[in-house]
Amino acid sequence: MAGSELDRLVDMANDIALNLEAYPDAPARVSDHLRRFWAPSMRELITAHVRAGGQGLSDTALAAVKALDER
Amino acid sequence: MSSVIKLRPYRPQRDLGTPAPAVDQGTVRLTVDGREVEAAGGSSVMRATALAGVDIPKLCATDSLDAFGSCRVCLVEIEGRKGTPASCTTPVEAGMVVRTRSDRLERLRRNVIELYLSDHPADCAGECELHDMAADMGVTQSRFAGGRDHQAAAVDDSNPYFRFDPAACIVCYRCVRACEETQGTFALTVDGRGFDSAIAASQLESFMDSECVSCGACVDACPTTALEEQSVLAQGMPDAYQVTTCAYCGVGCGFRAETRDGEVLRMMPWKDGQANEGHACVKGRFAWGYATHEDRITRPMIRESIDQPWKEVDWDEAIGYAARRLREIQAAHGPDSIGGITSSRCTNEETYLVQKLVRAGFGNNNVDTCARVCHSPTGYGLKTTLGESAGTQAFRSVASADVIMVIGANPTDAHPVFASRLKRRLREGAKLIVVDPRTIDLVSGPHVKADHHLQLKPGANVAFANAMAHVIATEGLADMAFIRERCETASFDDWLAFIGRDDNSPEATAAVTGIPAPQLRAAARLYAGAGNAAIYYGLGVSEHTQGSTMVMAIANLAMLTGNLGREGVGVNPLRGQNNVQGSCDMGSFPHELPGYRHVGDPAVRELFEAAWGVTLQSEPGLRIPNMFDAAVAGRFRALYCQGEDVAQSDPNTNHVDAALRALDLLIVQDLFLNETARYAHVFLPGSSFLEKNGTFTNAERRISPVRKVIEPLAGYEDWEVTQLLANAMGFPMNYGHPSEIMDEIARLTPTFEGVTYDKLDRLGSIQWPCNAAAPDGTPTMHAEAMVRGKGYFAITAFVPTDERSTRRYPLLLTTGRILTQYNVGAQTRRTRNSRWHAEDVLEIHPLDAEFRGITDGDWVGVESRAGDTVLHARVSERVQPGVVYTTFHFPLTGANVVTTENSDWATNCPEYKVTAVQVTRVTQPSEWQRRYRQFTDRQENLLEAARRE
Repeated sequence: MAGSELDRLVDMANDIALNLEAYPDAPARVSDHLRRFWAPSMRELITAHVRAGGQGLSDTALAAVKALDER
Repeated sequence: MSSVIKLRPYRPQRDLGTPAPAVDQGTVRLTVDGREVEAAGGSSVMRATALAGVDIPKLCATDSLDAFGSCRVCLVEIEGRKGTPASCTTPVEAGMVVRTRSDRLERLRRNVIELYLSDHPADCAGECELHDMAADMGVTQSRFAGGRDHQAAAVDDSNPYFRFDPAACIVCYRCVRACEETQGTFALTVDGRGFDSAIAASQLESFMDSECVSCGACVDACPTTALEEQSVLAQGMPDAYQVTTCAYCGVGCGFRAETRDGEVLRMMPWKDGQANEGHACVKGRFAWGYATHEDRITRPMIRESIDQPWKEVDWDEAIGYAARRLREIQAAHGPDSIGGITSSRCTNEETYLVQKLVRAGFGNNNVDTCARVCHSPTGYGLKTTLGESAGTQAFRSVASADVIMVIGANPTDAHPVFASRLKRRLREGAKLIVVDPRTIDLVSGPHVKADHHLQLKPGANVAFANAMAHVIATEGLADMAFIRERCETASFDDWLAFIGRDDNSPEATAAVTGIPAPQLRAAARLYAGAGNAAIYYGLGVSEHTQGSTMVMAIANLAMLTGNLGREGVGVNPLRGQNNVQGSCDMGSFPHELPGYRHVGDPAVRELFEAAWGVTLQSEPGLRIPNMFDAAVAGRFRALYCQGEDVAQSDPNTNHVDAALRALDLLIVQDLFLNETARYAHVFLPGSSFLEKNGTFTNAERRISPVRKVIEPLAGYEDWEVTQLLANAMGFPMNYGHPSEIMDEIARLTPTFEGVTYDKLDRLGSIQWPCNAAAPDGTPTMHAEAMVRGKGYFAITAFVPTDERSTRRYPLLLTTGRILTQYNVGAQTRRTRNSRWHAEDVLEIHPLDAEFRGITDGDWVGVESRAGDTVLHARVSERVQPGVVYTTFHFPLTGANVVTTENSDWATNCPEYKVTAVQVTRVTQPSEWQRRYRQFTDRQENLLEAARRE
């Protein structure tokens, strides 16, 4: 069942990215959003997913989660 | 134990006869019965004398209605004037000399009284101003009795809450005028002429079958017992009362809970209530019987698994069991494996305590509230753009609006008392733009007609708002002086470049929105060209995948046109539940401490850590949908849920079912064994709003007192139960009264800094912010500057939802509310309101119905990719072709079996308003409904087992 939770987090991250893509600094804004509103357990799941390749994430979401992981 | 009840001896609310002058005209001095008095210019003589302590007899006058001058009882003599003018229709003048008593006046009044008494019952079972007046004047019989009368006329007792007895009616028109002026429904009239004159509902129908919305305004206005509450007829007049606040919608009406022998007899709208000013609706006025319904559970219960019978236990055992299990689960699965949900139906103080228990007692930030599924996008959107997570105006501000735009809200059903204010302003000439996929009552009704009904397609909100802004920005209609002074230049410049793009034009977006470009351009010009333009919006804005974006787009429109910071304008979310604003204010969101301050802010955290004596987590906790996902994944194991029915209200019921079943421990604190409680292991009996002290905060940020009227049926107010649980978990709480909790809130929350119970008693209610700068509160926000300093224009790119009509699911389902039922229906379903609405139905357009062979009343299956359910069809042109609509007040409807997990990108507020579905004619309930019946029957049996023991 963890898979379905991850699928949902991927969808959520993509939605956030899509809605902030109009800004030139979209990845930074997405990262900031994840930091401000996602529980650590959710961020850990998505960053682990990105370390494993980040399948399904949009470019902006991928960049944002990578930035999150590097902080 | 629970605090004491302080009821006041019963006396009717004061009636000054005519309303206060609408505008300030200074004061004048006049002489009344030889005494010089001062009165507001524009007052009637009747009002001025009443305020001076001289009550003139009256029958057709009441201060909630404009003067009518028909009964000829309130006659006075005025020096220098001929005859005996009616004091209700005569305005005061400087130097006027008035006599309210003389032999001539006495004689004239007695004649009138005797005429009325000649066709009136000898006794009235209730308050009768005619009988009272006759007694005051010593009139015991009528010289005119014995002629034809109406004493054998048939009584209309079709309405479940009040009856109409023509025998007691004096045809004073107060009820007719109340229905027009106060409520704005125009359901009543006087039929016939002369002796045949009689009050009639609609086209000579019974009250129940007429257009009457059962608001009670006619009953309140009636000077006799012609219109009388059934409860008064059955039990007699009240002997005591207490002023409190309604527990239904976000209007937050003030009421007098009137009691007899310690039991609630009726709820009377409080004339001094600043949210409602003496008006009410069918829910607040009449539907309070759920509080003592036989379904109430008043003893705590526990069980180890949901397959076991409940066991009734005492409070100590229930609290001890709950606390022990919570700690065991944390020990086994970590501190973050548990969480809580605060209730938007409970008080501010109770909500504050639950979030405090979670943050300080549980040691995590896994706390959320029902705003997650309604107005969380309002919080996000308004905080981002304006700096504060709340509406900008007082309700009375609508009286100064020239153009009113209602977006995704149905005020006549969901916020009826505010709707009456709004309709009054429309009758005065304000223009109306309705933006809604459905033809709501405001589009066309008695003396109300929308200048524009922009019947957009579900899911196209942001495209619509961008097109509006595009027109205003590109046609030179923006208020550049306001923008230069009040908004960030950089964000405006970026936004202007974005909004001016052709793809935001009405012509480019018409295919998406379904709104013809010329109509949208006309609406944009109307909104931008108004002196004062106000936006009111509801869940049709927030419950979308771009709910937060749409809220920001609305704020952009208001800033673009300079419609902020004064009366008659603003951005006004019509919030759903009585205290959803308050529950958000009190720190119910997992990322924010009370006062909307982020948990990551060390300075804020230190403040609370010092007060609470613990170290707080600096990271956001789980939101409700995240809790469900984590529960299914096995990481979230226990939930304390106070006054919230997630099993019925939250989307994708099958997923919620799986999550709740996965929990090791579910503690539900509620009035009833609601849908969520069927999955619970601990049931803690809750207390209704009549059984507690505290405060609610309504949609206009108005903090109003909730005062205890009866003892808690289960022995404790809800805040006391939370306190018991905290103490049992080893986190001490020692409040003796909710006022002490409010004192703590005020110490820790800048916007509540000046709030005290004493001040609430003195002022009646307070709109936050209330602090040194605004000691009596703040009716209008952003008056001098935006709360964030300068307004921020967010770029609101339209991102279509993934939920689109397809060949398999060709229709779009949208959901909403109806007047007589409230949200999940836990309260209203347990009242006689179900006489009006006994089941949820599916509205479908005649074209879509015909194509599917569906006729009115057929059983229809509604299927989405999430699930399917069955309900009756109502073929209606209220919905446009391609759109179907239902309400969600009954659990068996299973509306949320059909809704999906799609949610707002910023807040996870569910996309209730757009679900792609197929509708087919069927002959039997859905599989889900069969399973639901089996499950609920089994749970009812397990409850019965506990009661038998």
